[in-house]
Amino acid sequence: MGQQEDAREQRRTIAVLVDNEPGVLARVIGLFSGRGYNIESLTVSEVDPVARFSRITIVTSGTSMVIEQIKAQLARLVPVHEVQDLSTEGPHIERELALIKVANRGEARIEALRIADMFRARAIDSTLESFVFELTGNPGKIDAFIGLMEAIGTIEVCRGGVVAISRGSIISMVTAEGDEEDDPAPAGRVLVS
Amino acid sequence: MTSAAQPDPEPQTRMTGAAIVLKALQDQGVEVVFGYPGGAVLPIYDELFKTNAVRHILVRHEQGAVHAAEGYARSTGKVGVVLVTSGPGATNAVTGLTDALMDSIPVVCLTGQVPTHLIGNDAFQEADTTGITRPCTKHNYLVKSVDNLADIMHEAFHVAARGRPGPVVIDLPKDVLFADGPYRAPSAPRRTSYRPRTTPDQAAVEQAVDLIASAERPVFYGGGGLVNSGPEASRLLTEFVRMTGYPTTLTLMGLGAFPASDRRFLGMLGMHGTYEANLAMYNCDVMINIGARFDDRVTGRISDFSPHSRKIHVDIDPSSINKNVPVDVPVIGDAATVLARMIETWKRKGCQPKQDALARWWGQIDSWRARDCLAYSQDGAVIKPQHAIRRLFEKIRGRDFYITTEVGQHQMWAAQYFEFEEPNRWMTSGGLGTMGYGLPAALGVQVAHPDALVIDVAGEASFLMNIQELSTLCQYGLPVKAFIVNNQWMGMVRQWQELIHGGRYSESYTASLPDFVKLAESFGGVGLIARTADDLEGVIDEMLAVDRFVLADIRVSKEENCFPMIPSGAAHNEMLLGQDDRAEHETSDDGMVLV
Repeated sequence: MGQQEDAREQRRTIAVLVDNEPGVLARVIGLFSGRGYNIESLTVSEVDPVARFSRITIVTSGTSMVIEQIKAQLARLVPVHEVQDLSTEGPHIERELALIKVANRGEARIEALRIADMFRARAIDSTLESFVFELTGNPGKIDAFIGLMEAIGTIEVCRGGVVAISRGSIISMVTAEGDEEDDPAPAGRVLVS
Repeated sequence: MTSAAQPDPEPQTRMTGAAIVLKALQDQGVEVVFGYPGGAVLPIYDELFKTNAVRHILVRHEQGAVHAAEGYARSTGKVGVVLVTSGPGATNAVTGLTDALMDSIPVVCLTGQVPTHLIGNDAFQEADTTGITRPCTKHNYLVKSVDNLADIMHEAFHVAARGRPGPVVIDLPKDVLFADGPYRAPSAPRRTSYRPRTTPDQAAVEQAVDLIASAERPVFYGGGGLVNSGPEASRLLTEFVRMTGYPTTLTLMGLGAFPASDRRFLGMLGMHGTYEANLAMYNCDVMINIGARFDDRVTGRISDFSPHSRKIHVDIDPSSINKNVPVDVPVIGDAATVLARMIETWKRKGCQPKQDALARWWGQIDSWRARDCLAYSQDGAVIKPQHAIRRLFEKIRGRDFYITTEVGQHQMWAAQYFEFEEPNRWMTSGGLGTMGYGLPAALGVQVAHPDALVIDVAGEASFLMNIQELSTLCQYGLPVKAFIVNNQWMGMVRQWQELIHGGRYSESYTASLPDFVKLAESFGGVGLIARTADDLEGVIDEMLAVDRFVLADIRVSKEENCFPMIPSGAAHNEMLLGQDDRAEHETSDDGMVLV
């Protein structure tokens, strides 16, 4: 018997708070490659220069059993403070930054600007036969923009990867500083302004 | 120990990196280090020479050092410590580290490294040790500044032993070992992450106990987590099993966690487990897994693994839950703590086993037991390997003994025919299946227990893989007994080739074996040989009587296979009980690809 496994593949966005120390990213990436998990996107940057915390955002996919494994495997890495499944723990926002260069001429240039305007992309570089657009949005929006640009020119794409955070006033990823052993993950802290 | 009793230094006492390493080892209570010197770790060896603070056992190969530390750790419950040099010293240790990771053995391995300014330069004896060992350690460190060294040393011991234990590597560049830095005594861990949970959620315990009490066909399934938790876990399991009267099986890693002489013990389960243990697993309605991880050697074909049961899984590592087998009641915590809570809850709720159902269940189990699946017939002069191992056990039964093994048929026969009454007496490479494990592991056990009877039950092929450690046995006067079940084949390879590769025995026969008697003598030990069943008795007696290390070359029948066996890709109710069963059985295509 046991719980029935949901065999459908799901896309999940996971946030991981880690100590910013040498090798921590290799540890996370090695975990994914060594155990055969997917990485669709991975971003990392230091978020607290005093406490030396970095936040990693990983977009992955797998069956619910695999996703639970990924979270448990991440959580047991020594430098990992917290693992948050943004896709299931309430609403969240995802954003990605992309720089898209389009090389084209004539009427297609006008069309490119028109589309960029609709997507609120900014032209940040231009020659007489190209633009570089800066665009932020959820990954789907960026996919759509790239699809349109591809149709009207030769393109070069650079994407920053997904960054994500929960909606609402709860500060959900607080540091574990000073917690007693065996305490469950620290509860969310409500920001009072 | 010759270390002088000195007051603990003040937090800011300064000393060299090498002295910090030694001081930290002492403050962590380390008595023995297994190691091999080399250029990058010379400052530590110099410090060892000057202070004589920790006993150093000079192995003959770094893989042997790690296995010896594992044997030491598994037989004492302490952290095993290894000291090796950079480059080849570190890469040679990788197999041992992987072994310790797979079997959750606490080991701290200090590796030398080229000086920090040469890292990345392809310097002599440089290897990216933290890169290489990242996937085969629980955690690792590259110490770039002597200022962090003391904290890292202490943290490494904390990480190695806490939660689910495992190996930790500390990579030590040579300039850091020479540099002066602060020594800090062990304190509460400075790192705020890594706080493994040991105390279970009470609601989960209540739910588990309710399920245990409702069982009509229960089975306890215990694993290495019981041993790692400490002897209290085994005591509590025994108490709980006797309180409930439920049948109990153990994994290869768990042997000794429940007394084998208790009639509630069904023997080991899994691929070469007993008929009664595997059928109890298949037919049970409630499975209580404590400290085992549903390894593929245990489950067989997952889709038919214990299809009618509700499952409780107690594990200290949340990532073990639902990894292979979905469970109904997960309980995260240390085995001893959880068992204590379970017993307390069982008593408080006034739970009683369902005696009628349990009696019927035992009736069924006894009928499986009556098949006597481990029976063999020793007739004629040629020694059956099962007989050799069983006779060895019978001759030492009642004594306090420690058994290590190599990997293969002899390992499974040892697991089947030895009966362990206590934990920490059985050291075998379970997860990784490392041939060459047993001799260095026995060395480590004997160092920890100088007066105990320590036997490496070996196969001749595995034994050759770390045979250089005989020299170590001689140097330290360690009276390890190597009981070599010699069939001149890589027996388990040969068995698989017979069963699933049409008897094409590709490269599994060892021609040109050494004369083990002369070999033993050349290393300063005693060599014995048994060619017939009559010889066997005398050889075992003599082996046990000698107070030096012994190689007993037991020539056994060459074609014997290890049964019972669940063929790869088969389920628990599809066991082969003997040679006659296999004609009817074709290995499935899915099974063929499994290891």
